[in-house]
Amino acid sequence: MATTKILIPTPLRPYTDKQEAVEAHGATIGELLADLTKRHSGLKAHLYNEQGKLRSFVNVYLNDEDIRYLQKEQTPVSPGDTVSIIPSVAGGCAECSADL
Amino acid sequence: MTTATETLPQLTNDEIKRYSRHLIMPEVGVDGQRRLKAGKVLCIGAGGLGSPAAMYLAAAGVGTIGLVDYDVVDFSNLQRQIIHGTPDVGRSKLASAKDRLHAINPHVDIPTYETALSSENALQLFEPYDVILDGTDNFPTRYLTNDACVLLGKPNAYGSIFRFEGQASVFATKNGPCYRCLYPEPPPPGLVPSCAEGGVLGVLPGIIGVIQATEAVKLIAGIGEPLIGRFLIYDALRMHFRELKLRKDPDCPVCGTHPTVKKLIDYEQFCGLRPAAAEAAPVNASNSLEISAVELKQRLDRGEKLRIIDVREPNEWQINRIPGAQLIPLGEIPRRYAELDPDEELVMQCKMGGRSAKAADFLRSVGFKRVLNLRGGILEWIDKVDPTQPKY
Repeated sequence: MATTKILIPTPLRPYTDKQEAVEAHGATIGELLADLTKRHSGLKAHLYNEQGKLRSFVNVYLNDEDIRYLQKEQTPVSPGDTVSIIPSVAGGCAECSADL
Repeated sequence: MTTATETLPQLTNDEIKRYSRHLIMPEVGVDGQRRLKAGKVLCIGAGGLGSPAAMYLAAAGVGTIGLVDYDVVDFSNLQRQIIHGTPDVGRSKLASAKDRLHAINPHVDIPTYETALSSENALQLFEPYDVILDGTDNFPTRYLTNDACVLLGKPNAYGSIFRFEGQASVFATKNGPCYRCLYPEPPPPGLVPSCAEGGVLGVLPGIIGVIQATEAVKLIAGIGEPLIGRFLIYDALRMHFRELKLRKDPDCPVCGTHPTVKKLIDYEQFCGLRPAAAEAAPVNASNSLEISAVELKQRLDRGEKLRIIDVREPNEWQINRIPGAQLIPLGEIPRRYAELDPDEELVMQCKMGGRSAKAADFLRSVGFKRVLNLRGGILEWIDKVDPTQPKY
């Protein structure tokens, strides 16, 4: 099976051994992300909630389109496609005195 | 934002000389410059993004540049907050920024608001302005700024940065998407690192803040193609820009066809930073899952067997560390926890206590019984136990 390139955003790179792009197998976005989280188990808690649903502050794009406006996790992936994970980032950046 | 030309303010001879490189361009010209002079932009935050944005807005002749901030200039700001200089350390950011902006351009008006943006003051603060420039550093203020912009119908020139990656867009225009169309909900606290924890490349906010200023200038002058319905992502390390499509979500709770958010809410609560009032716990409740720096020192001095696990990144470890601690970065915990002895008492530690709390939760979830989190992280350790070490 062909592999698809998944672009990993900066905040999630600690979970992919600092790689900015990784490969995964799958015919749909859902399969691809399942394979991705199998290869990089630390990502799972960041992409899915306790109910196994994609978290709402993490958007997944197939090329330049949000999968929410395609067929969500059933969106088919074709050879040559690029998948991006785009989480929300708050930095502005003063000295964030947040909880961390 | 295209005010009838006859009501626009005239340019003085000094201003004509100053803005000549704008005036000779047909895209701006005298009328465009008069629009800029009449224009009002409110910068939320005079930090990394607000610094370059406000400086260019002032230089470009945007007539009114409001600043909202309540912070004081610190040495650690100067690596990127170029509106402030070394002599400004310790001054209010607003006073420092105002001086700098007036030095760049004495013709612009700089109202300053020394306050934290809140649900109580946001609508009133935003009301007189044409464009809001969101340069904040936390999720509650992001959502608050977005919702206030939608409710008032004011465009939001949005920018956000983390390490060496930045994001920018224009939200909340009449037919365009808003921030909530993109991210309906914020991440739970602790899951996304803050800049203070993750760091930021000093030049990055220069690029993103100037993109925000560019969009504000275009919106006010009524020129070009605004960054509406597009999400720009910039990777400074790869020197690469990407553009993603953004759509207005008809089910968006604030700008959709049947909005459920019709007034500003409690954003701290929305972002999970404070429990609902009814279930609020006393702030200083003692927590058996935590240990203070002083307590840790006392127990170590008594010769108790405690293993300290530092979950920061190796480059942070190079700056300072607690003697005897072992480094396992948070991201490596899931596959390296087998190196740890489940019978030993563990103290998880990071910079401020956020990441180590996550690591402690994880270890408990896989069966570790004796896991404590060092409250306040190494910063508290340095403050209370070992002031000889440097802080970052």
